[in-house]
Amino acid sequence: MPFFTSPDDVRERLAATGYLADDAIATTVFVADALGKPLLVEGPAGTGKTELAKAVATAAGAGMVRLQCYEGLDEARALYEWNYRKQLLRIQAAGDQAWEETHDDIFSEEFLLSRPLLTAIRQTDPTVLLVDETDKADVEVEGLLLEVLSDFQVTVPELGTIEAVRRPFVVLTSNATRELSEALKRRCLFLHVDYPDAEREKAIVMTRVPEVVEDLAEALVRTIRTLRALELKKAPSIAESIDWARTLVVLGVADLDEEAVARTLGVVLKHSSDHVRATKELGLA
Amino acid sequence: MSDDAATTEPGGLIDRHVSFMGALRTAGLPVSMAESLDGGRAIAAIDLLEREQLRAAYAAAVVKHAAHRPAFDRLFDLWWPAAVGDGHDDGEAADGEGALDDAEPIDLDALRTELRDRLRDVLLSGDDEALRRLAREAVNGLGRAEGGQPGRQSWFTYRVLRAMNPDTLMASLLESVLFGKERGGLAEKVARQMITERIKQFEEMVESEVRRRLAEERGAETIAKTAVKPLVEQVEFLRASRDDLAALRRQVHPIARRLATRLTAKRRLGRSGRLDVRRTVRASLSTGGVPLTTIFKPHKPHKPELVVLCDVSGSVAAFAHFTVLLAFALREQFAKVRIFAFVDTTDEVTRFFERGGDVVDALQRMSSEADVVWYDGHSDYGHSFEIFAQKWPDAVGPKTSFLVLGDARTNYRAPALPALRSVVRQARHAFWLNPEPRQYWASGDSAAATYGEVMPMVECRNVQQLQEFVEGLLPV
Repeated sequence: MPFFTSPDDVRERLAATGYLADDAIATTVFVADALGKPLLVEGPAGTGKTELAKAVATAAGAGMVRLQCYEGLDEARALYEWNYRKQLLRIQAAGDQAWEETHDDIFSEEFLLSRPLLTAIRQTDPTVLLVDETDKADVEVEGLLLEVLSDFQVTVPELGTIEAVRRPFVVLTSNATRELSEALKRRCLFLHVDYPDAEREKAIVMTRVPEVVEDLAEALVRTIRTLRALELKKAPSIAESIDWARTLVVLGVADLDEEAVARTLGVVLKHSSDHVRATKELGLA
Repeated sequence: MSDDAATTEPGGLIDRHVSFMGALRTAGLPVSMAESLDGGRAIAAIDLLEREQLRAAYAAAVVKHAAHRPAFDRLFDLWWPAAVGDGHDDGEAADGEGALDDAEPIDLDALRTELRDRLRDVLLSGDDEALRRLAREAVNGLGRAEGGQPGRQSWFTYRVLRAMNPDTLMASLLESVLFGKERGGLAEKVARQMITERIKQFEEMVESEVRRRLAEERGAETIAKTAVKPLVEQVEFLRASRDDLAALRRQVHPIARRLATRLTAKRRLGRSGRLDVRRTVRASLSTGGVPLTTIFKPHKPHKPELVVLCDVSGSVAAFAHFTVLLAFALREQFAKVRIFAFVDTTDEVTRFFERGGDVVDALQRMSSEADVVWYDGHSDYGHSFEIFAQKWPDAVGPKTSFLVLGDARTNYRAPALPALRSVVRQARHAFWLNPEPRQYWASGDSAAATYGEVMPMVECRNVQQLQEFVEGLLPV
C-alpha cells in the first residue's frame, strides 16, 4: 500500500514536516514508493539525506528503523544474532533433558536477538527503514543487503525464511566515499542530492531558522554560493548555511558585510586553508 | 516479466523508451535490462506531461552514478524535447511569427537589441522559465543558417552567443544589483558570482536549444553522438581545458578518499596478524571461558617513502600538477612524500605543499618560486636527472617508490641514462608515468623507448589510468 498518491502529494506532505523537496526529490520518492523499490540517496555531506528519510517517515506516519553502518558492521549487528549467553544458560539448566529437545528449544524465537534489518521486515505497521552511510560498511554487508532488499526476506537457517508481512520503504544513504556494488545499485532507485538552487536554499534557511529576515537569508545564500564556486577542500553544504543563519541571528547581525562574514566564517568553513583562501578571494580581512 | 502499465500506452512510447535506452548505452551509461524495465515502470507511474517529473523518474531508474547525469540530461533533452519547432506549443506552431522567412527582410540589429535588453532584465530577475523562453527565441531568431544541402537548416550556438554577447552585460548588471554600494568589496564579488552563474545557465540553455533544433532536422541519434562530453575521469591531461583542470582539482580529494577506503578494505581482507591472546581470553569470559571468538592483532602495513620527480614545463604541467596534488592527498599512506620539479634543472618543491596548504596557491608558488629553469626553459631531462642525482644523492633509498612524471620529450638533448640508472638502482620501485598516448611514444624527440629500458614506463593519459596505477602502487 503506497504512502503517497502523486509527486505533488509527496512535496506537500514533506513540506508540512519542514522538508522542502524539489521536483526531482519529490518525484523520486514517489516513484520509489509506487514501485516498492529501495531508494539510494547519494550526495555530499550535509545536504539532508538522512533528513529526507526522517521526513518521509513523519509524512507517512510510519515508524522508523535505522541501521547505522560503520566499518566492521556484520551480520550479527545488522540482521539477527542468537543470544548465546542465554542459550548457554539454558543448556546448563537443562540437566538430564534429552539433547534433541534442548536443541529445538534453544533455536527458537526466545533466543533470537532481532537487529534492524530483521526488525524492519517483521514490522506489521508502516515502516521506513533507513540504512545510513552505506558506503562506510564493508563490501560483505552489501551482499547481506541484497537479499533483504530484493526479496524482503531473511533466511535464518534454524528457523527458516522470514518474509516481510509489509514491505518497508527503504532509504539507503551514501556519501560516495566508495562506489557501492553494481548489484546493489541495480536493485535501488538512485537519487543524487546536490546543493539546492538559490531559491530553494533560501526557503530552507527561512524554514529552519524562522527568526532570520528575508534580506539576510538572500545575502547569506548568495555568499554561500560564491564560496562554493571557490576551489575549497570542503564546500559548505546546507547544514552549514543553516548553522550560519543561526549564528548570525544570535549575534544580531542584520547586514552581511565584510566584517560580519570575516567574524563568522569559521561556522561555514572547517579547514584552515579554506579559510585563508576565502579570506583572500573575497577580500575580507 | 510483463510490463502492463507501459504496454497499454501507445506503441510509440515503448519505441521511444527503447531507443532512448539504446542511446544511453551508446553514450557509455551501463543501463541493464532490469533498469530499463524499472524505467518503463517508473514513467508509467507518473504524469507524462510533467516533463521534469518524467526526467526525475527516468534518472532515478537508470542513472546510478552522479558522473553520468550530465550525459543523461543531454540525451533526455534530445529524446523528450521540451518543445517542437520554434516552441509555440499552441497548435499553430510552425506558422506563427517564428517562421520568419529568410527571404523576408528582418532587422537583425533591432531583434538583437531587443533580445539583449530582455536578457538583461531576465538575468537580473533570475526567472528560469523566462530565461529558457528567451534562449529559445534567440536561437530561433539569430542562430539559424541555411545548411549545406538546399532546404536544410542548421543552427549554431556561436552565432547566438556572439550576437547576444551576454558577458558584456556584466558591467551594467553589476551597476543595477549594487545600486550605489561601493565597488570592489564582498558585495561585488557575490553579485558577480550570481550573474556569472546565470549567464552560464543561459549559455547552456542556448546550447541545448540548438541541439534540439538540430535533432529535429537530422534526427536525435545523429546529434547524440556529438552531444555527450567525456567524463571527467576520462579527460586527457594533455588536452584538458582550464575548466576541465579546475574540475579535476576538485576531484583530487574525493579520489584520494576513495583510494584510501578501498585500500583499508583490501588490507582487512588480507592476512591479519598474530592471535591477540589477551583480548581473546577477555572475550571468552562471557562465554564461560570457552574462546568462541578469536581476536587477531591487525597486520601493520609497511609504508614506503614516495619520491616524485616531475616535469613542470608547459606541455605537461597540468598532468604533473594533478599527480602531485594526488600524491599529497594520499600522504597518510606513505611514510614520507618528497616532490622534485624540473624544466631543465631540478629543485625540491615539497615545501610548497605543506599540510593543509592551499592547493592553487601551492601550484602557483611552485611555478614562480622554485628554481627549475637553468638555461632556456625547454625541457632538459638529462641535465635535470644529473642535477637530481648530484644534489640529492640520499633522496632515493631502499624503501623509496620513485616516480618520474613527464612525456620524455627531450628536445633532442642527451638523456643522461647513467645518472637515472643509478637512482633507479637505489629505489625499491621505480615507474615512469607518461601522459602521452602510447602510440606517440617513439615519435619525434620522445626518448620514451630509451628511458623505458631503464625503468618501466606506464601510460597515464587520464584520471582513470592514474587511479588504477596509484591503487597498484599503494602498500597492502
